[in-house]
Amino acid sequence: MLIRKPAVIRPSAITPRETYFNRRELLRAAMLAGGAAFGGPALSAALPDGKRARLDDIKSSRFSTDEELNSYTDVTTYNNYYEFGTSKSDPFRNAQDFEARPWTIRVSGHAEKTGVFDLEDFIRPYDLEERIYRLRCVERWSMVIPWVGVSLAEIVKRHQPLSNAKYVRFETLLDPKQMPGQRYRTLDWPYVEGLTIAEATHPLAILAVGVYGEVLPNQNGAPIRLVVPWKYGFKGIKGIVSMEFTEKRPIGSWERAAPNEYGFYANVNPNVDHPRWSQARERRIGASGGTGFQSLLGASMQDTLMFNGYGEQVAHLYDGLDLRRNF
Amino acid sequence: MDVTRQIRIVWKPVVFLCSLVPLALILTDIYGIGGSLGANPIEEIQDRLGNWGLRFIMIALAVTPIRQLTGRNWIGQFRRMLGLFAFSYVFLHFLSWLILDQEMKWSAIAEDIFERPFITIGFAALLMLLMMAATSTAAARRRLGRTWQKLHNSVYAVAILGVWHYWWQVKKDVSEPLLYAALLSVLLGYRLWYRRRRRLGQRIALES
Repeated sequence: MLIRKPAVIRPSAITPRETYFNRRELLRAAMLAGGAAFGGPALSAALPDGKRARLDDIKSSRFSTDEELNSYTDVTTYNNYYEFGTSKSDPFRNAQDFEARPWTIRVSGHAEKTGVFDLEDFIRPYDLEERIYRLRCVERWSMVIPWVGVSLAEIVKRHQPLSNAKYVRFETLLDPKQMPGQRYRTLDWPYVEGLTIAEATHPLAILAVGVYGEVLPNQNGAPIRLVVPWKYGFKGIKGIVSMEFTEKRPIGSWERAAPNEYGFYANVNPNVDHPRWSQARERRIGASGGTGFQSLLGASMQDTLMFNGYGEQVAHLYDGLDLRRNF
Repeated sequence: MDVTRQIRIVWKPVVFLCSLVPLALILTDIYGIGGSLGANPIEEIQDRLGNWGLRFIMIALAVTPIRQLTGRNWIGQFRRMLGLFAFSYVFLHFLSWLILDQEMKWSAIAEDIFERPFITIGFAALLMLLMMAATSTAAARRRLGRTWQKLHNSVYAVAILGVWHYWWQVKKDVSEPLLYAALLSVLLGYRLWYRRRRRLGQRIALES
């Protein structure tokens, strides 16, 4: 007997994209009315045609920020995803034909429930939540992104890690045919990232399957990616095919490539500079108002916050840890 | 029309206008005419200006080898203009960093220049280019005599520092800096080869 599985990610029309933009317009109007001298965001960016399935039954979250969202265009055309090229415009260009379905995830290592899961089955037990998070890239820029995802903590708990599971190690798909960047050894493919169990079970950590109420575009890490908003962006591994519970600390791809520049924790920290640049400030993409030269001169640098502003929630995870050494 | 006159009235203005194209494209892209600077326009402007600075350094360094290899001495007349464009793009690259990126926060700027080696070497190269641009007039050349050539030989140091600055700045993918390094090796290697050949030639001439 064939039992049709309800598609977790199915097209429906609960949140037309325009609503998001109306919301932004409203926010902007409110800001202007409030006399905020900040200036409106660059709203003029044209939207690519909506081709992606909308996500259904998305719950809102108390963890969401009410900061101004970055435009859909900013979020989907300015990406670091070396599997599709090293320039930030490459992923948008090179990931269009990527096949993100069907997709399976292997759960392995020190846990009770391991195995290979179809993405839909892997995600189905959990609520889809919208999480509007700040994203701080190690390259000194930041965005505000409305992710849609599921709680990583719940996923971890459901797979019942054993007592010797100290870390969660993630791996991206290895497929040089589909991912042209993997044909060059810019990084040690496949991309690897990891979290401590405490980090992975923190309520802020999610696995995102969507953005802006729609299925995740390929260049943003479709079909499923990690989002840990208090850490630098490179921790947010994309196109995840493997989740392993390990006793040994995993070594991420960037840490392996340049251990003096990129650490395991990679917590956003304005007091610990990258060896080649200061991390004290960041450029909020799209935050300058006006057009032409005026938009360039608009104050768009802002102070970087400890743990990207999520210190209240996550600082306790690092009690007693020397964050200068464990950067 | 003789060659000198033709160069002055036709070819120099043509090269001048062509050299302005990258700058014009940045300006039109700032206003979204025909193109755009993407999500991070400030970074894009800085990168483009720096890239063109490096390209013009390479182009200016190619003038003498091309002149010597082709025997067309008039090519040498473009060297100063191309060198000044190299300086201009590097200087605009510096200004975009100072004003747009650092927003003239002087303490942060000083910290960057003195504590971050890739910025230190970029800044050193800029100072050398500034010195060369300031002494680029015919009058300065006459006044400085033999010192002028020594001063302007620092273009080799500028080129090496420029490529190094780029290399160091890149996060991981060094393929483009590598391209510049290869090109620079050819341009500098040629000069070594040429000097040796000339010395050899002189020795043979003396012995015979």
